[in-house]
Amino acid sequence: MLSDRLNATFAALADPTRRAILARLAGGESAVTELAEPFRISLPAITKHLKVLERAGLIERSRQAQKRPCRLQAAPLREAGAWVQQYRQFWEQQFDQLDGYLKELKTKEKKHGRKKRSK
Amino acid sequence: MGAKNAANEAVATQHATFVIDRTFDAPVARVFKAFSDMEAKARWFTGGSKWKPIERTFDFRVGGKETAVGEWDGGAITDFRATYYDIVPNRRIIYAYDMYHSGRHLSVSLATIEFTAEGDRTHMKLTEQGAFLDGYDDAGSREHGTVELMNRVAETLT
Repeated sequence: MLSDRLNATFAALADPTRRAILARLAGGESAVTELAEPFRISLPAITKHLKVLERAGLIERSRQAQKRPCRLQAAPLREAGAWVQQYRQFWEQQFDQLDGYLKELKTKEKKHGRKKRSK
Repeated sequence: MGAKNAANEAVATQHATFVIDRTFDAPVARVFKAFSDMEAKARWFTGGSKWKPIERTFDFRVGGKETAVGEWDGGAITDFRATYYDIVPNRRIIYAYDMYHSGRHLSVSLATIEFTAEGDRTHMKLTEQGAFLDGYDDAGSREHGTVELMNRVAETLT
């Protein structure tokens, strides 16, 4: 379900270590041991973060051998972003206009002092 | 990602869902009428002052179609084409629509609008699922754009 995926995406991004991992991967694929290096946390802890990112579809872990390089997968992030913003904005604007129109009707109604039944 | 169309151009699709909740200070029948009556709808469903309508059609029934084509200052043309799939008076409207921008197919979406009367006011909920189509992506800066996007998303979480 798309909203589950969006939830997983945001949950995955809600941790600064995971965001830092993604930033690192944006520069190219990386092995787990390389990723762990700057963080001074244990390898199992890094692996836990990678699992969350993988479940959210944000990284892809190669099955090859020991190093298991990780790669950034951008699709879930794009879902969370630009297109939705534009369309949401467009429709919000339309509903602002609807709101204005309904207010106009209400004002006219008051001015004429009669309660019109909505036709 | 990675698929190619008949002209061997890259084809990519992005999917998303969004929800908009609004409350209007009007009874539900009046709000529903703003969606179901051609004249009422034309009073608010427009591109605004910078948009000049070229074509509008409205056939509000299941299977009926609606179009709204207009030109912006500067010459760009937007084309909204919808088909209605479900209508429950004062309760629900479901439609699917295509959006074109100057001839380019931007998206195909499914939208559900649910109306709930709250005394003299109306709660409206729009749930929209869209397939946003290739061509409007700035392919060259996709990865860079993604990192920027991620940073912006992260900012909203901290």
